[in-house]
Amino acid sequence: MAERTVLIGSTHGLHARPAKLFTKAAASSGSAVTLAKGDGKPVNAASILGVISLGINHGDSVTLTAHGDNADTVLDGLVELLLTNHDA
Amino acid sequence: MATSTDAVLSAELHGIGIGSGVVVGRVLRMPDPLPEPADNPSTLDPAAEIARATAAMQVVAEDLDARGARAGGTAQEVLEAQAMMAEDPTLLDEVTARAEQGQTAERAVFEAFTAFRDQLAAAGGYLAERAADLDDVSQRVIAQLSDLPAPGVPDPDEPFILVARDLAPADTALLNLEKVLGLITVDGGPTSHTAILAREKSIVAIVGTVGGRDLADGDEVIIDAANDLVIVAPTDAQRADASARIQERADRAAAPIVPGRLADGTAIPLLANLGSADGAAQAVALGAEGVGLFRTEFLFLDSSAAPTVAEQQEQYERMLREFPGKKVVVRALDAGADKPLAFLNDAHEENPALGLRGLRALRAAEDILRDQLTALAAAAANTEADVWVMAPMVSTVDEAEYFTTLAHELGLPTAGVMVEVPSAALLADRILAHADFASIGTNDLTQYTLAADRMLGSVAAFQDPWHPAVLRLVGEVGAAGAALGKPVGICGEAAADPLLAVVLVGLGATTLSMSASALADVRSSLADFTLEQARELAGAALSADGAASARAAATAIAHSTTRTDPAVRSTPERGSH
Repeated sequence: MAERTVLIGSTHGLHARPAKLFTKAAASSGSAVTLAKGDGKPVNAASILGVISLGINHGDSVTLTAHGDNADTVLDGLVELLLTNHDA
Repeated sequence: MATSTDAVLSAELHGIGIGSGVVVGRVLRMPDPLPEPADNPSTLDPAAEIARATAAMQVVAEDLDARGARAGGTAQEVLEAQAMMAEDPTLLDEVTARAEQGQTAERAVFEAFTAFRDQLAAAGGYLAERAADLDDVSQRVIAQLSDLPAPGVPDPDEPFILVARDLAPADTALLNLEKVLGLITVDGGPTSHTAILAREKSIVAIVGTVGGRDLADGDEVIIDAANDLVIVAPTDAQRADASARIQERADRAAAPIVPGRLADGTAIPLLANLGSADGAAQAVALGAEGVGLFRTEFLFLDSSAAPTVAEQQEQYERMLREFPGKKVVVRALDAGADKPLAFLNDAHEENPALGLRGLRALRAAEDILRDQLTALAAAAANTEADVWVMAPMVSTVDEAEYFTTLAHELGLPTAGVMVEVPSAALLADRILAHADFASIGTNDLTQYTLAADRMLGSVAAFQDPWHPAVLRLVGEVGAAGAALGKPVGICGEAAADPLLAVVLVGLGATTLSMSASALADVRSSLADFTLEQARELAGAALSADGAASARAAATAIAHSTTRTDPAVRSTPERGSH
């Protein structure tokens, strides 16, 4: 299992377009990825409803976990998406 | 045209007309929302229900993706996000759990979506807006499961009149304007999304139509926007009258375009309201003598940070090049209330219309204001337009002084303020001592004067700029402008009402700015009255007790002073307040 904690880069937080980009990438990664806000309950990172219902804002700390052989590679890509400001 | 329906008694429905057009056609209704699926135990085994739900979710997701690809732009982003919601794995888990307890696919989908939408709605703000997207997806999946047509705007082969409770932005994204002859909505006021769309696209429309719910598919109706009327099952005589008025209006639109002026020759420049550079060429073609309100929100709406000075300058130049030698009044970014921008004001406000919006928000983020004024001054220097700039939602003399000083300092010599708040109208003499001009935004001025939210259908009847309280405030500004020799423009929807336009001139307005589609009607109406007569009309309206009686009083005088002005021929009273 791999785990990363990062701060959200998008100005609007993980809503709408950034959430769509993120969940699409998580869904196509082939790994079971979860996302949690702070110490909260993790949700399926491939679920746009799960992700937006966390109400993640710009600068919030989130934790990603992934299982499987290429978990580290998968998380590298997803972390990149979370750090990018898609609203810029 | 239809066969005679004289056998059926015609009926009239009253609402609020947008513009002054007339149209005849047959009704098609937006499908009503689907009923909540009954919570009866499934007669299938859970695996079969889960398979049905999965298949329906997939079909809906593919349909939404396809619609997104057709729509393009921002609408595509929204529709693609909806497609992902339709196939959401967490949602499918919820549906599966419910089906395993013996629920039907319909009921399980309904409950699973409802649980998520309630969670989003409770979160408030941005997330709450997504709740409506989720409702739409839920309806589509349930319709697919029940073999019913998906909710949405009908798309028949023949042109039709669309009847809806109200239209959501998502509905209007794909509206086929070649097919939609007119719009009738049951909810919504004159500044609702539907009304704004109708004005922009010159669609004949009536909003807030009492009894509109009872119109049925295939009903023949006349929409008479100038008279705030829908005539159901018209008689031959009514149909002939409508045809004649459609012709008159076409003739007026085809009349030679001359500068706006009164019967005595007093020049009243007619300007256009624009929301982007795209409408500029059309406005010029319709005779706009310049731009009285250039909204700049479009530059900012899709971005979460303000665009750079260079990006803004390029956009401003593009628009200004369309108006060489003409006046263009640019309004600084007006964020807040109905159009919040996260980078200006992210705070949740109980009463956003009374919150940190307009110039208040810009002053709190002065960098954004400075960048905008800098870009505008640079664009003005590179083009031949006569650029004026104004601040939105100014409520104090201090604010007027702050804005005009800053604009002058950054190289914009003509800086004014919008008068939308009663305090600014009441102290117009002191505000105009600093500002180079005033422009009255009648929509907000009416909202604030009558304390009625302009976005709220239930108080739409209060949103009537004919109200003498609003007119008296306009008169205050007009008098202050005349005393100080400063121009006073009108840039709200009131200027697009052909008779009210005359009253506003009588109250001291020196220019009128409106949707370009209204220019021909207003030009024709102004030419029927002298300044003296306009003042007489204004006096009569000011003496009335309410909006309806003000309108009636002005109409009565107009009748006696002009012979055949169609715009004022049969204007009835509307709802009293």
